[in-house]
Amino acid sequence: MTQVSTEKLWLSGNEAIARGAWEAGVTVASGYPGTPSTEILENLVKYDQVYTEWAPNEKVALEVAIGASFAGARVLATMKHVGMNVAADPLFTASYTGGRGGLVIITADDPEMHSSQNEQDNRNYAFAAKLPMLEPSEPAEAVSMLQEAFALSEEFDAPVLFRTTTRVAHVKGMVPTGPRSTGQVEIKIKKMPAKFVMLPGNARMRRLEIEKRQAKLTEFAETYSGNRIEWGDKKRGIITGGISYLYVKEAFPDVSVLKLGMTWPLPEKMIKEFAAGVDELNIVEELDPFLETHIKAMGISCLGKEKIPAIGELNAFIVKKSLGGNIGEIFPPVNLPPRPPNMCAGCPHRGLFYSLSKQKLFVAGDIGCYTLGFLPPLSAMDACVCMGAGINMAHGMNKALGEEGLGKTIAVIGDSTFCHSGITGLVNTVYNKSYSTIIILDNRTTAMTGHQPNPASGATLMGEPASALDFTKLSRAIGVKHVTTVNPHDIGQCRKVIKEEVERPETSVIISQGPCVLLPAERKRQKIPFTTSIDKCTGCSMCVQLGCPAIRWYPISPEEAKKMGKKEKQKGYARISVEMCTGCGQCSQLCKFEAITTVEGQ
Amino acid sequence: MKPSGNILFCGVGGQGILLASEITAFALLESGYDAKKSEVHGMAQRGGSVVAHLRYGEKVYSPLIDPGKADFSVSFEIMEAVRYLPFLNKDSKVVVNTHQIAPPAVATGKMTYPPDVLDGLRRQNISVFPVDGFGVAKEVGEIRTANVVLVGALSTFLPIEEEVFITVLKKRIPRKLDENLQAFQKGRQITAAA
Repeated sequence: MTQVSTEKLWLSGNEAIARGAWEAGVTVASGYPGTPSTEILENLVKYDQVYTEWAPNEKVALEVAIGASFAGARVLATMKHVGMNVAADPLFTASYTGGRGGLVIITADDPEMHSSQNEQDNRNYAFAAKLPMLEPSEPAEAVSMLQEAFALSEEFDAPVLFRTTTRVAHVKGMVPTGPRSTGQVEIKIKKMPAKFVMLPGNARMRRLEIEKRQAKLTEFAETYSGNRIEWGDKKRGIITGGISYLYVKEAFPDVSVLKLGMTWPLPEKMIKEFAAGVDELNIVEELDPFLETHIKAMGISCLGKEKIPAIGELNAFIVKKSLGGNIGEIFPPVNLPPRPPNMCAGCPHRGLFYSLSKQKLFVAGDIGCYTLGFLPPLSAMDACVCMGAGINMAHGMNKALGEEGLGKTIAVIGDSTFCHSGITGLVNTVYNKSYSTIIILDNRTTAMTGHQPNPASGATLMGEPASALDFTKLSRAIGVKHVTTVNPHDIGQCRKVIKEEVERPETSVIISQGPCVLLPAERKRQKIPFTTSIDKCTGCSMCVQLGCPAIRWYPISPEEAKKMGKKEKQKGYARISVEMCTGCGQCSQLCKFEAITTVEGQ
Repeated sequence: MKPSGNILFCGVGGQGILLASEITAFALLESGYDAKKSEVHGMAQRGGSVVAHLRYGEKVYSPLIDPGKADFSVSFEIMEAVRYLPFLNKDSKVVVNTHQIAPPAVATGKMTYPPDVLDGLRRQNISVFPVDGFGVAKEVGEIRTANVVLVGALSTFLPIEEEVFITVLKKRIPRKLDENLQAFQKGRQITAAA
């Protein structure tokens, strides 16, 4: 994929960031998958001359990046917004150390929570960690801005935060591209203890450097080309940045705009000049009043969240409506059955969650496809907070409940999430003597974000075979005496093992082992689908309780029931779509009337 | 100055919406338009309702279509065509794949699939073009061409030469090209005759 020509390509924001990183001469990149950041490393791996990896979590990824920077490499770390919470510990001190080679950290925020548990605004991290932050508005801007980010990082000796949002990361547009350059720093070991060893004595000295750096960065922001005033009608001026800039241009093409490509630190002189040049000053930004707060602190009066919503995504329509533009009439929505996401047909998680749903346990859950086990008809998840929390919440509940809680709680966690931040929780559970039962849902991949390999998958991001973490051996090494592996498609076995293990007064681990049906090997596997004999179906609806998308309920009237030769009180029948069925057989175990058989058996 | 337009692609995760929107985007770009497309990945793809926004014109700023501003909508599933009604206006043209996928509440018998659901669009005098995408795909001998049938049906409304679409299909479809070209033609015939 090495190409040196200057041409325009149709790229998503994430593809553009990968391209920009390659052009900037990045040689090392590490991250943890998370929507909307995942495709950056998935695309960067396609380029030559870059080492890319999936780390088990964002803290590891950032620490890998810090090390590579200390060695002089230009390095990229990628994560979603909540991943930055995990990486916050190294982040705040990397602000003190700086590095040698340019270090850029992507934070991909998710306003509206399309695929996230919260919509935190990570611009606040730039302020809190005293780091510069750049924000592109669209893919075309991302490539060049990322190269500026690396130059900035090396010039000012600071990690640079590079923030996108879902509508930058997952938007496609035409992007000008260029050749690859190389970093200016020599890659070698260089001992710089006063800068790299953050003991209090050294850290106090570095603390002074941060203040000097902050002042210099503020000066830089005044002349940075990514910050620009576009004078138009001066009755209204709008300060904006990131994706909101495009919404402003769409909604009010004629007003004066100050576009901030660098959202921290802020160019105070430029903002004052702009404010003085317009009659009414508005701040248009998604989520928190970040720009607004800091602009008001400069003593500038402006209108921000008084008009613009602080919750959810913006769009041109909302900007126009909020600032008094004409929006015309909109058709009201029609009331329809909702269509939430669902586990796939044949998903191994379904069998396990069905088994859980019948046991009246408090299920402390975690983050992944299996979080969908919360939805009806399974309704088998009672808590979900963040990556790795399930194991620890179950432990905490058990300690609070005491003996009363025995046999009433359970934790579930996916394989990738367990590697991310579940292992330390398991260590704590054993160390502090909990009777917790933990189910590791091992489907051999990071499924929700699109099947990235993880330390248990046996392969790396770069496609090389790798050591696959053995959960049974690991659990035993931690000190778990009772480790059982179950086949999640075997509902009888799952129920029996879960019942036995939750009642055990010691820590136990159940490994639910079934590969994701969307993995390439599973897709290729010859499948023998199941089918329904409608004659035998009594309408008991047991199979329907699985919530499998391949099974559909067809309601019938008493007359239709009679015509079909069924009892008049039969309300309907269930039919399996042979095209969608993967032959997992979960439903056939639930049917007491032998109405579900394989196509071959028929 | 080139005309501008907004196309909404909607349906159920896994139906091939992204490929259809991608082919349309390439045809617009080949015709000299600026374009932007917005997609949602991650959790939304697991069988949930999905939507992609494609905007084109001389210069496109926002990647999102405003409510009431979709000139065209291509729905891969009947009910989904109606879910995005607030994006449409009375002049919108809607191409609908006449295919039902039961959402969980319907599949489990808690709710019924709304009968005559397209009346929700027709009541607002929106032009609806039903297309039996899978039926046509079966006719051409490749069930996976249903999304190209829908692109064909959409293509007659767009300011793009037929030849440009054919060039794009030849460039972007690696397998079963003949079937895909046939699927595209048959899709075109449906809306051209309407």
